[in-house]
Amino acid sequence: MTPLIDILLSLLILTGATFTFIGSLGLARLRDFYTRLHGPTKATTLGVGCLLIASAVFFSVRDEGASLHEVLVTLFLFITAPVSAHLLAKAALHLKVPSLAPTPPPDSDKPSNSAD
Amino acid sequence: MMLNLVIPVAYVLVSLAFLMSFWRLLKGPDAPDRILALDTLYVNTIALLVLLGIDLGSAIYFEAALLIAMMGFVGTVALCKYLLRGDIIE
Amino acid sequence: MRRLLPHPLLSVVLAGLWLLLVNQVSAGHVVLGALLGWLIPLATARFWPEQTRIRHPLALLRYLGILIIDIVRGSFHVAHLILRNPVRLRPSFVPVPLALKTDLAISLLANTISLTPGTVSTRLSTDRRTLIVHTLDTGDADALIAEIKQRYEAPLRQIFEEGSE
Repeated sequence: MTPLIDILLSLLILTGATFTFIGSLGLARLRDFYTRLHGPTKATTLGVGCLLIASAVFFSVRDEGASLHEVLVTLFLFITAPVSAHLLAKAALHLKVPSLAPTPPPDSDKPSNSAD
Repeated sequence: MMLNLVIPVAYVLVSLAFLMSFWRLLKGPDAPDRILALDTLYVNTIALLVLLGIDLGSAIYFEAALLIAMMGFVGTVALCKYLLRGDIIE
Repeated sequence: MRRLLPHPLLSVVLAGLWLLLVNQVSAGHVVLGALLGWLIPLATARFWPEQTRIRHPLALLRYLGILIIDIVRGSFHVAHLILRNPVRLRPSFVPVPLALKTDLAISLLANTISLTPGTVSTRLSTDRRTLIVHTLDTGDADALIAEIKQRYEAPLRQIFEEGSE
């Protein structure tokens, strides 16, 4: 393994782990459900994305052939994270979970079956 | 190698993240909070598995990570649907 | 042609996913991937009533580029706000009026909003005209709406809906 790849991998792993940490810190630290939703959706997803890319680079270099199946998990996480966040927020609004910000008025009829 | 120094640090950071998500899972206070914490725990577990894979130089943890990602998403969606409608299969 | 290959784009994506999943490109797996890409859309045709047409592939690539940059920007922004004193956050719900009509474009917009700086989409109104967005730290709500409409909605409209009405 060349020093350049070593440094690239170390940076990716460190960034990834830091973002994962900050995402969960947000989950533990922020003061209402809706603000807590932001940390895991964005920071944690990018953190795990960085770690998965580091893993793809690591195995591609070690086995001297492209190892791209980590990309599959990365894509999957980036597609599903906003969907779960949307559903969680919708459920929280439906249950009238307390919020720091004034909540929007409830929808006229039953919860809509939204696009995702 | 720098990598050997970085991996233990990453283990500590991700484990701390895991503990904080677990704390939120125990504390709540509402059901959506706990589901969000559980979802974050899935993602943290994937991070730990990927780190373990790089550390041990073995690709066999990848399948576990993929399965956790898929099951975690399906689980979160099912739980949200239950909160929204009081029913999972309509 | 339409009956035999109902969704050519989906077929290509499925074959690509298969190759990623087995993590090797050999003749056998290319054939198996192509076979799966052909059979799965046929077997699930009833789940895909609409034909998706991408009218501007280059605009889609450009959109993906912007999206990747904004995901990274969004994560740094959220990290900064989390590490700061949480009492100083000014969260709010902002209703964003939608000009998009198709399901695919609306869900892509909602997902984009959730991944980009400071915003998470929370609810789509029953009439599908307004998307309620939760912001972590609001400065100017009108500027935020204008940015969403100009940066994300306009390209999506161009890619998926131009000329379809």
